[in-house]
Amino acid sequence: MKQLPLSYIARNLWVRRVTTALTALGLALVVYVFATVLMMSEGIKTTLVATGNPGNLLALRKGAGAEINSGVSREQAAILASLPGIATAADGRLLLSGEPVVLNSLPKRGSGSPSNVTVRGTSAIGLQLRQQVRLVEGRMFRPGSSELVVGKATARGFEGAGLGGTLRFAQRDWTVVGVFDAGNSGFDSEIWGDSEQMLQAFRRLSPSTVVLRLQDPAAAEAFVERAAADPRLTLDLKPERQFYEEQSRGLAIFINVLGLALSAIFSVGAIVGAMITMYAAVASRTGEIATLRALGFRRHAVLWAFLLESLLLALVGGLLGLLAASFMQGVNLSTTNFQTFSEVAFRFVLTPAIAVQTLLFALVMGLVGGFLPAWSAARLNIVDGLRAA
Amino acid sequence: MFLLKLLLRNAFRHPLRTGLTLLGLVVAISAFGLLRTINEAWYAGVQASSATRLISRNAISLTFALPLSYAERLRGVDGVAGVSWANWFGGVYQSERNFFPQFAIEPASYLKLYSEYRLSDEEKAAFIRDRQGAIVGRKLANQYGWKIGDTIPIRGTIFPGTWTFTLRGIWDGAEASTDESQLLFHWQLLNESVKKRFPKRGDQVGVFVLGIDEPQQAAAVSQQVDALFKNSLAETLTETESAFQLSFVAMSEAILVAIEAVSYIIVLIILAVMANTMTMTARERLAEYATLKALGFGPGFVSRLLFGESLVIALIGGAAGIALTFPIAAAFAKAAGSFLSVFLVSDTTVLLQAGAALGVGLIAAAWPAWQMGRIDIVNGLRHVA
Repeated sequence: MKQLPLSYIARNLWVRRVTTALTALGLALVVYVFATVLMMSEGIKTTLVATGNPGNLLALRKGAGAEINSGVSREQAAILASLPGIATAADGRLLLSGEPVVLNSLPKRGSGSPSNVTVRGTSAIGLQLRQQVRLVEGRMFRPGSSELVVGKATARGFEGAGLGGTLRFAQRDWTVVGVFDAGNSGFDSEIWGDSEQMLQAFRRLSPSTVVLRLQDPAAAEAFVERAAADPRLTLDLKPERQFYEEQSRGLAIFINVLGLALSAIFSVGAIVGAMITMYAAVASRTGEIATLRALGFRRHAVLWAFLLESLLLALVGGLLGLLAASFMQGVNLSTTNFQTFSEVAFRFVLTPAIAVQTLLFALVMGLVGGFLPAWSAARLNIVDGLRAA
Repeated sequence: MFLLKLLLRNAFRHPLRTGLTLLGLVVAISAFGLLRTINEAWYAGVQASSATRLISRNAISLTFALPLSYAERLRGVDGVAGVSWANWFGGVYQSERNFFPQFAIEPASYLKLYSEYRLSDEEKAAFIRDRQGAIVGRKLANQYGWKIGDTIPIRGTIFPGTWTFTLRGIWDGAEASTDESQLLFHWQLLNESVKKRFPKRGDQVGVFVLGIDEPQQAAAVSQQVDALFKNSLAETLTETESAFQLSFVAMSEAILVAIEAVSYIIVLIILAVMANTMTMTARERLAEYATLKALGFGPGFVSRLLFGESLVIALIGGAAGIALTFPIAAAFAKAAGSFLSVFLVSDTTVLLQAGAALGVGLIAAAWPAWQMGRIDIVNGLRHVA
């Protein structure tokens, strides 16, 4: 036997506009929370993964885990540089950069409360190693000077970090001579200066990490093995991309777990709302349902009609929530990454996969909320139903 | 009394619908309370801090140390009653999942400043005597089942190697907000090991803790201390303990704001659900309210009936939600372990929960009450629900 037409289902929702709108609103709010959480953890992941360049290797002291805990002595850096297989720049120098990385607490723009910014000492070679970094304002710092270039998120977020600003730390005044765009990667939240100057200013004897590029990216494993076999090198060598992915894991998991647990709890509220609405729909249309059954529509057709009505309601809520969440894409957020203890700026990223997951989540809520009412509608006794009307 | 009975009867005329609404309310109010409690737990360190303690750290950032030699000069500053120091150890017990803070401290002076860490005299003496010794808070000891005399191995991340400590004492917090989830051990032990490996990095202190006589002097003493070391190799930044703790909280401000926003969203969700219930109820009883009006009851009475019914449902749900918050928070605190040092449902939270329930009840009934107050008797009587 036939199914009930879709227009019948849609019009039923339209007739009870206020109820439909309120229920959809509840669903939309849950969906909004669900979607923004996924977008947030996706944003953190893409930011930090984009920080690593494929083909770059990063060396840290064994067990250090993060750049600021690490220290690579100049001797070890020299041994690393002597290993075969490292790529060279156009002028024949090795593509290898020893970089001091320190945290500096600077006041944020607006609130003035201090937050930790990663300060990295680097060089022209270091810049070549990061292909995603482009200067958008000003110029590069001159080697041997107290000049800085800052990432665009830092320039935006911290006092005195804009072009031409002066930052005072480590007993010196540093001038910001350039702002760079690192393609929404973690470098956007950093401050760069000359590595030798940084070592001196922060009274460090040796760099924190060594970044290098291999001639043949496929040889990475062999290179890591060779370095591990050398007893003079007590270092962890990792592909840069893998390192930054590990750095994002803690924060991304934290946001995911927290957000999904919240969505699950909140969905109870929305499901209850859908259930109330659908039960009321069934109750007020008892006579109508019985008439349909008397006309020859089978039980499963009635079940299906009410289920579809609930799913349609959920879809409306889901689309509303997704629409609201998509506006979050323009929002920039920054927080401290517990693993590195430093500030990281990121954006909300909406991927097609997230959109699909979100709508599926909405539909599941509609299904759970609508099933029991639809079931009771389908089981309605024709004679009783007609009499009730 | 009669009115209340009428309201209750009315509220439970559709047991299923009211039951579902109540379920939603309970979930929403308890989730709201839990979220607020999570947010407050971040500020636990701020609340537990004392007004008579100052923290002095390297002006660059916490990852830079200060020389131990500053201790003597700090003692000479007017208004400073006691000086102690601590280093963040950042070790891992068994696996990364078991996070808790460890500090290397100068025992005698540190415990004098942190008098809210209650230790028996024997335990305190045993800890001070034993250079391999450590003390932990009660909560931490309970979590890992440590007893006095146990050896605790910790793998260092900043200071490489495995460090083994003997547990010499377990402190109880003087107040509910006192941190009981730290491990403290001898700074001297750390320093000697560092000196052996990196002679140039020895005698370095993470932060100085200064005890002051009067809380009012905090600002003056801080300024004096910072002026003392101005333009030296390691400039200091001195602030009250609560400001120091607050700077940690501020780092994760974005997440805290998000949690707070989300906690209001759940209230909005339940408001939508509740408003829906009340709208449906009013629509169904249109004829009834018209009858009441025809009998001579004023529009105010009909509105009051709706408001009353909505409030009855909201308050029952709210009360159940508040009651449920406490066991849920206790279970959550157990699951989170030492990640959150203090986890208590505050009075403010309970008040806000009650306020949210009340607000939901009032707002949900506003639209239907206004509409039902001005229905036309004839049309209403004609209406078939």
